[in-house]
Formats: sequence, C-alpha cells, structure tokens
Amino acid sequence: MSTLIAVLLTLATLVMIVGLARKARQYHATPAPLKIPVTPAPKTTGGVVLRMAKEVILFASLFRASKWTWIFGWIFHVSLALAFIRHLRYVIDPEGPLGFMMPVIGLWIVQTAGKYAVLGMIFGLTGLLARRYFVARVRYISAPSDYLMLLLILSIALSGFVMSFITNVDIVAVKVFMLGILSFNLQELPEGTALAVHLVLVAILGFVLPISKLLHIPGVFYSPTRNQVDNPREKRHISEWAKKLDETRGDYPELQAARAPKEPEA
Amino acid sequence: MADYEVPEVKEYAVVPLPKDGVMDHLKPFVAKPEFQEALNYVGKKEHLDPKEMPKYVLVDGWKEKAIDKMGDLLGRYRSLQVFMDSCVKCGACTDKCHYFLGTGDAKNMPVARQDLLRSVYRRYFTFAGKYFPKLVGAKDLTEEVIDDWYSYFHQCSECRRCAVFCPYGIDTAEVTMAAREIMAHIGKGMKYSNEIIGKVFTIGNNLGLPEKALANVLEGLEEDVEDDIEVAVKFPLDVKGADILLVTPSADFFAEPHIDGLIGYAKVFHATNTSWTLSSIASEAGNFGLFIGSYENMQRISMRIREAALQLGVKRIVYGECGHAWRVGYSFLNTLAGPFDFLDQNYPIPQHICEFTLDKLEKGELNIDKSRNDEMTLTFHDSCNVARGSGMGTEPGGQFTIPRAVIKAVCNNYVDMEKDTIHDATFCCGGGGGLLTDDLMELRVKGVLPRATALINAKEEHGVTHMAAICAICKSQFTKVLPYYGFTMDQIVSVHQLVSNAIILEGQVDLED
Repeated sequence: MSTLIAVLLTLATLVMIVGLARKARQYHATPAPLKIPVTPAPKTTGGVVLRMAKEVILFASLFRASKWTWIFGWIFHVSLALAFIRHLRYVIDPEGPLGFMMPVIGLWIVQTAGKYAVLGMIFGLTGLLARRYFVARVRYISAPSDYLMLLLILSIALSGFVMSFITNVDIVAVKVFMLGILSFNLQELPEGTALAVHLVLVAILGFVLPISKLLHIPGVFYSPTRNQVDNPREKRHISEWAKKLDETRGDYPELQAARAPKEPEA
Repeated sequence: MADYEVPEVKEYAVVPLPKDGVMDHLKPFVAKPEFQEALNYVGKKEHLDPKEMPKYVLVDGWKEKAIDKMGDLLGRYRSLQVFMDSCVKCGACTDKCHYFLGTGDAKNMPVARQDLLRSVYRRYFTFAGKYFPKLVGAKDLTEEVIDDWYSYFHQCSECRRCAVFCPYGIDTAEVTMAAREIMAHIGKGMKYSNEIIGKVFTIGNNLGLPEKALANVLEGLEEDVEDDIEVAVKFPLDVKGADILLVTPSADFFAEPHIDGLIGYAKVFHATNTSWTLSSIASEAGNFGLFIGSYENMQRISMRIREAALQLGVKRIVYGECGHAWRVGYSFLNTLAGPFDFLDQNYPIPQHICEFTLDKLEKGELNIDKSRNDEMTLTFHDSCNVARGSGMGTEPGGQFTIPRAVIKAVCNNYVDMEKDTIHDATFCCGGGGGLLTDDLMELRVKGVLPRATALINAKEEHGVTHMAAICAICKSQFTKVLPYYGFTMDQIVSVHQLVSNAIILEGQVDLED
C-alpha cells in the first residue's frame, strides 16, 4: 500500500507539474495580436497588476456577477489556500533549503486556521454543488465532469476532516513518509483508511489538473481581456504573425487604384 | 406581421428559465460564393431543383477544413486558447446576455454559446475530450453542430457584457468571432456582413454610396443647413492639406438621426474654424471585419483610412459617432494600419469627435444655448463597443464621462438609466456585431428587451423623453425596434444632434422660428 501510494503521488506530481508547465508555455507562446482588454482598463502596468490582484485574490468580477457564487467560491478557495499552507509542513524538510519557512508554517495560528479551513471548504463546495444542481441555468451548462470535480475535492476535504476531527493520524510518520518520497527513500505510511483515501484522491486530482477545467489556474493569469494595458493609441501593439501581414497590407487592388492618378472627367 | 411575440416588459428585467432550442430556427442568410471569394473565403452553390432558390452549402472536405482552421486560430489567438480551457462553468455569465434575457433560449447563455465551440475543441484538441468525450461534454463535429453554430453564433452581438462578469475575463465575442471565421472558411459565411465588406472593397463604404453620390449628398446638406440657419457650413470632401480627416459611418450621410449628428460635427468644425475634410476613399468608419473575426479583412478595411490620410496630407484623424468603428479605431487602428508617425503627435491618433467637441466646449470656443434642448429630457445609451472595448480621453472610464459631459454641456435635462444597465454594464441595443439585418428581426426585437425595460423605467420615473447614442448601429436598431415597445423613432437622437441644436454660429438666423 505504501509503495502504491508513493508511486501514485510521485507520478501525479510529475504529471501535474509537467502538464501545467506545458500549458503555461503554450499560453505564453500563443500571441495576442490585438489589444482586447475589457474596458475601462488600467493604462499602466502597475494598474494591471492591481486589477489582476483584485481578480485573483478577491474574485472582483465574480462578486459583481453573482453574490452567492462568490460567497461559496471565494470561501472555498481561501479555505483551500489555508489548508494548503497547513499541509506544507508535511513536505518541507526543516534541514532542507525550504526549512526557513517552517517557523511560519508551524505557527499556531497558521496551523489552526488550516485545520478549521476544512469547514470552509466543505461549506463552499456544498454550496457550489447545490447551486450547480438546483439553479436551472447552471444545471444546463454542467457536464458530468463538473459534478465529479466538486465531489472529488469534497471527498478530499471530508477525508481530511475525518483525520483532523474524528480519528487520529500519526502525523510524524506521515511527514517521514512524505519526505521519504521526496528523497526517493520509501518509508512506511501509517495505517488508516481515511489517510489512504485522502492521498489517493489527491493523486487523482494531480492527474486531472492539467487536462481539465482546473486549467483556470494558469488561465486566469493569461487572460488578455484582463492582463493587457489599455494604451493602444500611445504604443503600437503588434504580434509576430501580424508583422508579416504588414509587408503586403498596402498591395490590395483597391488601394492601388486609389493611388492611381485620376482620369479627368469627360 | 411577424410570427413571433414581442416580449412582455416587466418592471425589472426578469431572468427567464432556460428553454432548449426556442431560437434554433433563426439563421441569417448565407453569403453567395462570389461574395465569399471576394473576402478570401470559400463557398459552394447547390441548385438541385431549378424551381427552388439555390442553396449555399458546406464545401467539400468541410469537416477537416473546419478542424484545421480551429487549430490555426488556437495557435494565433491566445484569447481563444485560454478561453477554451479556462471556463469552470460557474454560471456567472448565464444571466448577463441580453439575447438570453430576451429569448430565454438556453444556448443564448454566454457559456452555453461558448460550449458549442468548446465541446468540439475538447473532442479534437484535448486528452479528456479524445478519450472521455461523454464525461467532459465533448462532441464530434457534425452538420448539426455547424447548424447550431450558424444559429447561435449569429445570436451574439459580440458586446462583451458577459466578459465583464466572468472571473476569468472569458470574452464570448472572441469565441463568436472564431466560430464565424471557421464557418466562413467552409462556405457558411454570413450574407449581411460579408456583402457589406465586399462593398467597402469595391465602392468604399458599407452602404455602397459611390464618390459622386457622396459629393451630391454633401452638397445637398450644405444647402439644407444654409436654408435653415443662413450660415454656409461646409461639408468638404477630399480636400488636400486639410488638418483633420473625419471618418464616420456611412449611415451618417443619410440615415436619421445619424445625419443630424453629422451636421453637428460640421457646425463644431465651422464654429472653431477647424480645417477638415471627409474622404471618398475612407468614406466609412465602420469595419465589419471585426464582426466576422477576420484580422486580414479588418486590416484591409483599415488601410483605406491610412491611405486617405497619406493622400490628403492631413495632420489628424477624427472618428464620428460609431461604436464598433471606435473600438477598431481606438484599440486596433494603430496595430492594423499604424504607425502613424506622419500625423501630428500632439493629438490622440485617432481622436473621437466627442473628445474633440468636449475640448472645444471646455475652452469656451462654442457659443451654446442649452435652453434650445429644453423640450427634451435626455438619457444616454452606452454603446457596447465604446463602453467595453475602447476608451476616450486620458483616464480609464473616459468613454462614459466624456459623451455625458458633452450632453450636459448642451442640455439642461439629463438623467442616467438604472445603474446596472449603464457604463460597462450597459446592455447592447440588440443589433450589434453584424446582426443589423432584416433576416434577424425576431432576434433584434427580443434582444432589445433589457435596454427597453431600463428606458421605460427612466421614462416613468424621470420623465425621460429622448435617448442619445454615439453609435450608428445603435441608432438604426433603436429607431427600428423601440417602436415595438411604444417609443417613436424620433426619440432616438445623436449626441452631436444635441450639440447642433444648442450651438449658435456667428451670423446664424433661425428661419424656422
């Protein structure tokens, strides 16, 4: 079992990192030939950073769009971030290069916030699931994968909840196991159904991430309607493929005809 | 009379329950092959039964061609690639589209519209869609799918209201443009837009008004204005060495209330002693290349403006009142036809007529009698392409404040419509994006519902009598469809029509009074 989970987690991590990196590279390499920020838009790079921060941290547009979706969605994401930070203690070797982070991650407030964040995740995910099912418009646009994704993360949260609040897990042994994976030195995973379920589901999430709508994670940063500076009149924006068109753009027959000297009228 | 019902206006915009396929009968006419070819697209005519009209059908090998084109566009447009991947189906956009609110058709919800393309993208371009199509809602590309595309990507006015509310900024306009571009490459181009673009290439403007006819119209206008006020206001055409080249939508040359706006620009230029000219080469500000999502066609149309500016030796370019033209002018012109290093760099290139007029108003160069607009209580319709696809002035949001400042400088009575229907949350007129055609009248009548509701409320609460706009398409659409909601055509006005009413030129005699 330990070996299976270790292999799964290793593969999932690789798939996730490579997959996301490939996607981010694709987005980066694909040109945005025209200035298409949704206006009003910032006129400076600093303004764009602020706009993006509002979107990524506060979900500003979603707040304008739908208060319920915002409440469920935002609470879920913030809780997920807190839970994620709490979990860093399992993969950071205090003696390793990232060891300097341990004192912060180990703080009581960080650990406690991360522990209770699971409640926020369950609240948010349940709300999103209910909305997806009960609001006719949202149900119409939902594919099976949209429900499964919520259920997957909800199951991860619930198995985590069980370990934090109901059963007990030998977290020191978990840390040894995780650090073992990172150093390719397999260690025994402590017994426990909740833990095994938790880790297998997390591995599945890692596999699914780069081939699913979870691509909104890199996508949000690459959205031209949000991340472009609104200065098209001041600065000429031109992409590589469009530069090639510029070489022949003056040759259209009607432009040549317009340039020809006019015949005097009879 | 039409075989559909005009939607009932409720006190506030009501979000309908989504119904499947209630608008799938509505499709615009398909462009003939010869019009397709003029735009570097393809077409195929099928005339099996000589008693019937010929059909314009998909070309041979359409399926591979469509998928190839999709791949090509995914590689050329980051927007398309990111938007295809990023949607989480959160539903934030589902109640934001005026066509959904007006028709209740589920596929007019922005995400459902995008999904028509996204499901095919997933099938042919993603791992999950190739191997688990049912699970992720991926679909094979079939003729039925193209049929749905043709219906519903011509029920999107590319107004970008959904993009304002999307947490990832997914802009359905970009998806619609891509879908239209793909369809144009397999024989399913749209007659209205593509024929108009053809007219720009051969004649010079959307309305097909040749140079001579244009000169006659302008001459007639000079006579009319002089008859009205005894001032010789000029409407110059092709004047070499003029300071300003004015490019304006060709509807300004004869449609109502557009033409009153054109008279307004001319009076402002006259009053400020500004040297200006129109051009017969660039006798069109509009650029339908935007609507069909074609960079090449958009560039080809834009190049006429560069050519005219070079030939006439002007120092500045000013745009008349036209919404999508201003998006192309403000956001794209520098990219498509720039750099404009031969123009005067002390002015924005291009400049909007509202920017120009407000500057003159603020400097006190215009003699204004606001009371001449006192019969009206005005409101202002933010046109989608101006509101969400462009800017004015130097501050973000200038596209909202500057036209309003112009109106308030020439009118005493002004109120805004409800907050969630103006500025960047404005509702499309229902006729934008290349849909201003009689074959889509049902959609246009239904699509104006949210705007009509807000206007009716403004009328009842604040006594609004007139709505001003700075877009030729908005003006044409409103004068045509708002009568279905109890308004008269003359309740739609141009912003520069208001300026024209209030301005008093030197030596002016009001013969009508």
